Amino acid sequence: MPRGDVLHGSRAVAEAVKLCDVDVIAAYPITPQTHIVEDLAEFVANGELDAEYVLVESEHSAMSACIGASATGVRTFTATSSQGLALMHEMLFIASGMRLPIVMANANRALSAPINIWNDQQDSMSERDCGWIQLYCETNQETLDTTIQAYRISENKKVLLPSMVCLDGFVLTHTIEPLEIPDKDAVNRFLPEFEPAVYLDPDDPMTLGAFATPADYIKFRFEQEKAMRNAIEAIEKADREYKKETGRGYGLMEEYNTKDADIIIVSMGSVVGTIKEVIDQLKGEYNVGLLKIKAFRPLPKERIKEVLKNARVVSVVEKDVSIGLGEGGLFSEIKGILYNLDERPKVLGFIIGLGGRDITQPDIRDIIKLSKKAEKDVVDEVHWIGLR
Amino acid sequence: MREIRFHGRGGQGAVTAAEILATAAFYDGKYSQAFPFFGVERRGAPVTAFARIDDRFIRIRNQIYEPDYIVVQDSTLIEVVNVADGLKENGKAIVNTEKEPDEIGLDTGAEIVTINATKIALDMLGVPIVNTSMLGAFAAVSKEVTLDSIIKGIHKRFIPKLASKNEKAVEVAFKEMEARI
Repeated sequence: MPRGDVLHGSRAVAEAVKLCDVDVIAAYPITPQTHIVEDLAEFVANGELDAEYVLVESEHSAMSACIGASATGVRTFTATSSQGLALMHEMLFIASGMRLPIVMANANRALSAPINIWNDQQDSMSERDCGWIQLYCETNQETLDTTIQAYRISENKKVLLPSMVCLDGFVLTHTIEPLEIPDKDAVNRFLPEFEPAVYLDPDDPMTLGAFATPADYIKFRFEQEKAMRNAIEAIEKADREYKKETGRGYGLMEEYNTKDADIIIVSMGSVVGTIKEVIDQLKGEYNVGLLKIKAFRPLPKERIKEVLKNARVVSVVEKDVSIGLGEGGLFSEIKGILYNLDERPKVLGFIIGLGGRDITQPDIRDIIKLSKKAEKDVVDEVHWIGLR
Repeated sequence: MREIRFHGRGGQGAVTAAEILATAAFYDGKYSQAFPFFGVERRGAPVTAFARIDDRFIRIRNQIYEPDYIVVQDSTLIEVVNVADGLKENGKAIVNTEKEPDEIGLDTGAEIVTINATKIALDMLGVPIVNTSMLGAFAAVSKEVTLDSIIKGIHKRFIPKLASKNEKAVEVAFKEMEARI
């Protein structure tokens, strides 16, 4: 029997932010993220959350305000989607370069043109190099739990990088399903008050994010990469401790039936639920497993290699494409991770669900059948599913 | 697992109906899920919403193509949208109309049940918003969810004044449907 409540994914994020006692929220509404910032505005207005809510005129300003607030040493939050995330682009690099532990929810949505308000993951995939941690969620419960964990991860002194919690627009934001909201005491034990390493203080002036010459700039970038590597351990540690408090944990990734599987599907976000269901339906007929990538940045490359190396076919199912390369970002990276193995699986890429095109169970069955065929026959490397 | 597809027009509350149903199923101790398909967001446009009920956590996220039930809030949709598409042979269609099942031209082998929910909504709410009346009819016909939990779901969703009016509409529709089946 389910416990807790039935809530939208958007509400789950807002409840998490409230539990984390965020100090400053600066956000601009955009479909399908709007309910997140509306709920938070309501929490602040009715006194449930003691935070400064900064009304801004664009997403660029939202991120700028978060950067300014975070640099003064307070916990900050924003949420966006699609065009909004794209508009933040230059500020995303500034947030990560200044090593500010901002947490942002991104309601994954397609990018224009043509205008489309529905779900895919092109928006966050296009920001993969901006130095933010990216955590993809399968359920509303996972979204709530990940938002809370994100503060702990970002604020870890060995990390100090911003986090993006990615939840599929509409598919999670506008879906209600059962979830449990952890009690405040448990969250307080898990997430201590934010103690910034350095912060802007008029009584003790300093500069953050200043000038770096060619002699030093590369060092800053290298330090960011080191911090991102540290985030792998920080994510696992946060997850373990969160599990102690709530009984729920997710890890860097989830393996579903991967042991001795001939075919392993790799995917991330809400579609993995449908994939798991189809894998169960085909049990006995196809020896297929799933690797759910939760942490896309940092990408746990060695772990992924270990899971995938003995499969015959690895099929990457994703909602984005790099135009001009003709393949999805996750596919390219998975292929790269496996390349230096002496014996490696065949890797296939499936571009699916762009612009909210429904991902059906027959779609997943077709992908599995084609993957099976690839064990013996030559098949195309990349497939677009749902063209008509 | 039971899959229910709601067909309505923008402004008739099909999305709200799916959510109240999923909430009610949760109060009955079941796992549930509800989500909309948003087309163009304007009044009068055809709207589809989905609900699932199961004894375990629902993992699938795809839209519903072979529903156990369809709930048609506006029978004029039948001419515009193939509302019975994929409806299981042993499923049920619950349609808001003053007509009899064999008069509405619904193309399905499944059982059709009709109710004049517009009249109930006008009598009880004063507006032709039929979503809650249709939930009362659905509870009576399907027995997939209890009347008490639907009412509890309505109180969770609406402000008290609206909730008590809608509660009456649900009860009237439930009783009218029970008397007929």
